[in-house]
Amino acid sequence: MKRKNVWFWLVLSLAVICLCLGLRAGEFQTVWQKAKTICLECIGLG
Amino acid sequence: MARLRKRRLTQILAAIGFNLDLPSLLKGQISQAKTKGICVPVLNCYSCPAAIGACPIGSLQNSLNSLRYNLNLGQKKLGLYVVGSLGLVGVIGGRLPCGWICPFGWLQELIYKIPIQKLKIPACLTYLRYAVLLILVILLPLLLVDSLGLGSPWFCKLVCPAGTLEAGVVLALINPGLRSQLGFLFAWKVSLLVLFLVWMALSQRPFCRTICPLGTILGFFNRISAFEIKVDLDNCLVCNACQRACPVDIKIYENPASSQCVRCLQCQEICPTGCITSGFWLGRKADERKTDQPTA
Repeated sequence: MKRKNVWFWLVLSLAVICLCLGLRAGEFQTVWQKAKTICLECIGLG
Repeated sequence: MARLRKRRLTQILAAIGFNLDLPSLLKGQISQAKTKGICVPVLNCYSCPAAIGACPIGSLQNSLNSLRYNLNLGQKKLGLYVVGSLGLVGVIGGRLPCGWICPFGWLQELIYKIPIQKLKIPACLTYLRYAVLLILVILLPLLLVDSLGLGSPWFCKLVCPAGTLEAGVVLALINPGLRSQLGFLFAWKVSLLVLFLVWMALSQRPFCRTICPLGTILGFFNRISAFEIKVDLDNCLVCNACQRACPVDIKIYENPASSQCVRCLQCQEICPTGCITSGFWLGRKADERKTDQPTA
């Protein structure tokens, strides 16, 4: 349980750091721009 | 049965909730909602006209296939936002979203209800998902790039039946402009979708168990996530009622943190001795956890 605790907090911290760094780099906007245009590959046109 | 009803209701509400933009669907366009910048924790194609969130697997591939292009431009967009989103969901619930809110998982459960002869999925096929994740989601988008440094989302392009069903088929039906341009790739993807739909009637959750890259990623977190399943082996009769109720055909008492487990909790519902328990360990006190440790 103790080892699981350590891994949990470590991975949670890494995930939050990644999320914050990504947001800071403007990746929310990048994801939104891609998601709001039709993905030609998804529909079989790419 | 109460839990099953609760899960069904959650699955229905989630399928509607992730695809709320019905006006876009009626107009034959795809949603422009600002919420599409948020990665949803399920396989729900963002090219579905009504989708109001971003598919994390599509977003991950797009981050990887434009990585070199961004680096050439001096932009530090490394895909950390998508990786962080996936990590956060995984570390909290593991594959909990697969069992409770994934619309494609729900579809598979519905189709499996068709009363025909059922087939077991060979265990060796369940390892295919690691190859799909590594090759189609990570390596090809990252390495197969043009002179500008831009690549393709290969999993979406060649495989994803969720994208074909929610986006390809729907857009082909409601948008005549796109319909006229469909070719071999669309035929390939529709054939694959039909194959999966037939397989869904024959086997339980075949896509989740053999292909789904999102489930594979979230499965890595099952071992450490805040949500956990525990089995009290002292009270377990090894009657395998849990395996018979399990949509991914696993013996939960052998490994409660199995990466295949979608945490639908059907095993807990069916267990005759009540030796299977689940919950978020994070909210409990340390001494409570010490006396109530997983025994398998």
